[in-house]
Amino acid sequence: MFLTSQFKTSLRKNLQLSKLLPQLLLIILFCYIIYFFTKNTQINLAARNLNFGFDFLNTNSGFDVQFSLIQYDGSSSYFRSYLVGLLNTLLVSFFGIIFATILGFIVGISRLSPNWIVNKLSLIYVELFRNLPLLLQIFFWYFVVIRSLPSTEKSMVILDILIINLQGFYIPKFIFSNFIYIFYGLFLALLATIAVKYYATKVFYESGKIIPVFKIFLLLIIVLPIIFSFIGDVSLLVEYPKLVKNFGIFNYVGGVKLVPEFLALLFSLSLYTSAFIAENVRAGILAISKGQKEASKSLGFNNPQTLKLIVIPQALRVIIPPTTNQYLNLTKNSSLAAAIGYPDLAGVFAGTALSQTGKAIEIIFMVMMTYLTMSLIISSILNWYNKKIAIVER
Amino acid sequence: MKKIKINSFAVLAFVVTFIFTTFNANANQTRENVIKRGSLNCGVSQGVPGFSNADASGKWAGIDVDLCRAVAAAVLGDANKVKYSPLSAKDRFEVLKAGDIDVLARNTTWTLSRDGGLAVDFVGTNFYDGQGFMIRKAANINSAKKLNNVKVCVETGTTTELNLRDYFKQQKLKYEPVAFTKADEAVAAYDAGRCDVYTTDKSGLAANRTKLKNPADHLILPETISKEPLGPVVRGNDENWANIVRWTLNVMIEAEEYGITQANIDSLKSTEDPAIKRLLGLEGETGKNLSLANTWSYNIIKQVGNYAESYNANVGPKTPVGLARGQNASWRNGGLLYAPPVR
Amino acid sequence: MNISDIKHWLKKNLFSNWYYSLISLFIFYLLLITLPPFLDWALIKATFIGNSKTDCQPGGACWVFIKVWFEKLIYGFYPEKEIWRVNLAFLILISTVTLAFFVKSKFKIYILFFLIFIFPLIGFTLINGGFGLERVETRVWGGLTLTFILTFFGIIVAFPLGVLLALGRRSELPIFRFFSILFIEFWRGIPLLTVIFAAAIMFPIFLPANSNVDKLLRVAIGISIFEATYVAEVVRGGLQSLPKGQYEAAKSLGMGYWKMNFLIILPQAIKTVIPGITNTFIALFKDTPLIILVGLLEILGMINLAKSNSYWLGLATEGYVFVAIIFFVFSFSLSKYTQSLEKKYNTEKQ
Repeated sequence: MFLTSQFKTSLRKNLQLSKLLPQLLLIILFCYIIYFFTKNTQINLAARNLNFGFDFLNTNSGFDVQFSLIQYDGSSSYFRSYLVGLLNTLLVSFFGIIFATILGFIVGISRLSPNWIVNKLSLIYVELFRNLPLLLQIFFWYFVVIRSLPSTEKSMVILDILIINLQGFYIPKFIFSNFIYIFYGLFLALLATIAVKYYATKVFYESGKIIPVFKIFLLLIIVLPIIFSFIGDVSLLVEYPKLVKNFGIFNYVGGVKLVPEFLALLFSLSLYTSAFIAENVRAGILAISKGQKEASKSLGFNNPQTLKLIVIPQALRVIIPPTTNQYLNLTKNSSLAAAIGYPDLAGVFAGTALSQTGKAIEIIFMVMMTYLTMSLIISSILNWYNKKIAIVER
Repeated sequence: MKKIKINSFAVLAFVVTFIFTTFNANANQTRENVIKRGSLNCGVSQGVPGFSNADASGKWAGIDVDLCRAVAAAVLGDANKVKYSPLSAKDRFEVLKAGDIDVLARNTTWTLSRDGGLAVDFVGTNFYDGQGFMIRKAANINSAKKLNNVKVCVETGTTTELNLRDYFKQQKLKYEPVAFTKADEAVAAYDAGRCDVYTTDKSGLAANRTKLKNPADHLILPETISKEPLGPVVRGNDENWANIVRWTLNVMIEAEEYGITQANIDSLKSTEDPAIKRLLGLEGETGKNLSLANTWSYNIIKQVGNYAESYNANVGPKTPVGLARGQNASWRNGGLLYAPPVR
Repeated sequence: MNISDIKHWLKKNLFSNWYYSLISLFIFYLLLITLPPFLDWALIKATFIGNSKTDCQPGGACWVFIKVWFEKLIYGFYPEKEIWRVNLAFLILISTVTLAFFVKSKFKIYILFFLIFIFPLIGFTLINGGFGLERVETRVWGGLTLTFILTFFGIIVAFPLGVLLALGRRSELPIFRFFSILFIEFWRGIPLLTVIFAAAIMFPIFLPANSNVDKLLRVAIGISIFEATYVAEVVRGGLQSLPKGQYEAAKSLGMGYWKMNFLIILPQAIKTVIPGITNTFIALFKDTPLIILVGLLEILGMINLAKSNSYWLGLATEGYVFVAIIFFVFSFSLSKYTQSLEKKYNTEKQ
């Protein structure tokens, strides 16, 4: 009886004209806007004798790119140039996230240092890098810092492993044969760690003994791959970059080459984002009240244990959500690559491919959808994590 | 609850009227728009000396600029009523298609895929060019066939970028393109040593060499690796406008053929030659075919000059760019310039 | 303060134990090898007087570059004889904002009203032309002026739009909620650069042929909508933090939806998130240079143009340092001001 009457009121509530009408109007407006845009698009495309479609993705692009993770040249399709751009975006984002995190944690912890000069210097770092436009920082690294490096024949050579010049950074390339065995080793190490962790938890609840899982994990992850590399006959060849001369032109051949456009983008993205992460880290650590630390001490934990078991887990809970947001921003900001010619998604696909084909709608649509997908993936991981670490109140 | 309804209505009505007011449908009438606006919007380069380049006071000059001025003279009767938009190679067609400019005169190469596939019309050629390479003299290379394992600075979104790839593929040589969205940045990067080679149209090489720190240290290689007919471009859905720009260029070329110049045009008014009389707007109804006043061609020659005058003032041997007429001479002198009859 | 105090301070703050001492010394060393050469370059060996690059001494900064280009960096290619109009517009803006600090809070609402509804019309007429003033097309707008115009436009469009989107996302009407969420999540998931590309390149195809919406306007609207979705999320946070009682109280007074939100809910919600909103606007300010990728030259774009002028090659550093100082001064002082507001509100709460 009660339920049905409640249902009826809610139904009546939702069917009220005053609530239904605006919603209906919104839908009509939405449909009208869609109609308005598609109609115009059709008229405009027809007037220009163009058609909408993704057929162009299969045709040859005809242009080369300077830097690609996959096999690509002008005879590859436009779709492949899209993949080249996507992979280059992911590459710079991946390394950017790693460097930004490391720098961000260092600076964030330094912000709380009792050492006056460390404290002030990290403050200057944060304020400087987060208050300047990212594009300006990219230009500065690219047009000022990297442009002032020496030319190829006068390269700075650091211990034979890092060669720095105007045309890029060169590092040795490690060429493994039978590399897959090292993976087997890593995989087994992970499996073994999970087993140990499970066992350790069981032991902890049964007898209160603490098994040092992390130390075992470190041991396994080092020892197992080494053993496997002997079993699988893994061999390592180091290829050093070599200076070759073609008439009067000097060039480093071999090794891994990091082009200046990549470096400028990586440096600026990492520094810019690290300033924001540093603030998150600082806020995270400050969020833990002194009482927590004192309580931990009174329970008999020593300093490292307090840090490991009390401070870090709680601080991370505060640090991780906004930091993930920064990762998202970094990925989206990497599109500024287009400004200095790093062939990422915005540069090579929404740039070169767009101007060679004129397929503005299709290409911008694809690029937007790609970034949107990346964003949604990262934010759904964040949501999943947030749920997982949410404080369970009992 | 009544309040909600009224307010929502108001908001929605406002939005709908806003959208409707942006309607302003007079399609494909570039000429009317230009006349109504009282000025011509012309897309030019971001600075290629001799073609389109602004001096320190912001005054534009070059053979592409002269073409814009000629179109303004034909349509508006005043060659100075031009607004210039400097564009990168990458943006130029999209800006044209978006309607932000009326004519694109930005040393643009006429190709099949652009003419047919980009919904734009190429209306003629005002400069016959070809792509070449510039390299440091210190590199000790005197032929493009010896370029191997080189880094090449190139402007992105150009035919240059595509030709570059074709050339190295044909020659089975290795190279690494370093692409920039602005010609200036490509030149600066080459000058700084980011690349070993800079490539663009040969006229552009000559023009840009004047911008380098030490122009004498650089060499333009003899090979020409492509055909680059450069010309003005308009949107592909306005035949009348395409004709106006096309015949503006033709008037400039034909005026040279008949020896009509800025200086002597007024003294030729008494001529008996019907071809010259037509160009001066004294005979026939050339303007009517383009929906322009019959003085259109007179205005072009009087205010801008004929092709030879424009060429010699901007890219000729006596200018810093210093290019001989070569294939850009009139067909009467063994060159490629040949205008269909203005009649 | 005497010597023992200094000693005490040093010991406490720099040399409290051996590794802090080591770090301190290392940092001093780094500062010693970087700062003096920089100051030497920027001030001591720098050239301030002259008219061309040849006047500059090698080894020092060439501030002559900034001096000569100063007008272009601030006003872009705006016609010289009309520059007073830009100055007047900014004078009005600055004096009204300054006035807001000195008048009673009762009058602040009028100033806000003026800034949001009347000033944009005055400023637009002054800068764009009309009413007897010569028309100055947007293609010659540029430099710092354009940076400020974009930022101001962004703020007055993004703020109300963001508030509406936040209300939409919290609406009880499912369709409104659905579209608001869709809209917000879409814009927040894509980079601003693609928005700018789309506004400049793709959007005209969606409009009726020859409707010719100005490129700068298209880009400005694109940026504003983008930032509005960020404002919306900040405002939503404020709305969520309000206790339910506020809504119930307003409803029990017989207030309708709009009256309730505009008189009771939003004023409280927005007050709590002012720092967040200001941060969004600082981000907007710092994002404006992105427009140079579609050929609109705000101050960073003007520097790029100036540094590739053949008479001024090789002066990128001076240019970027100058732009950096401008951006830093504005966004740093604004963020400090925001922090002080935050502190003020926090204490008020307690």
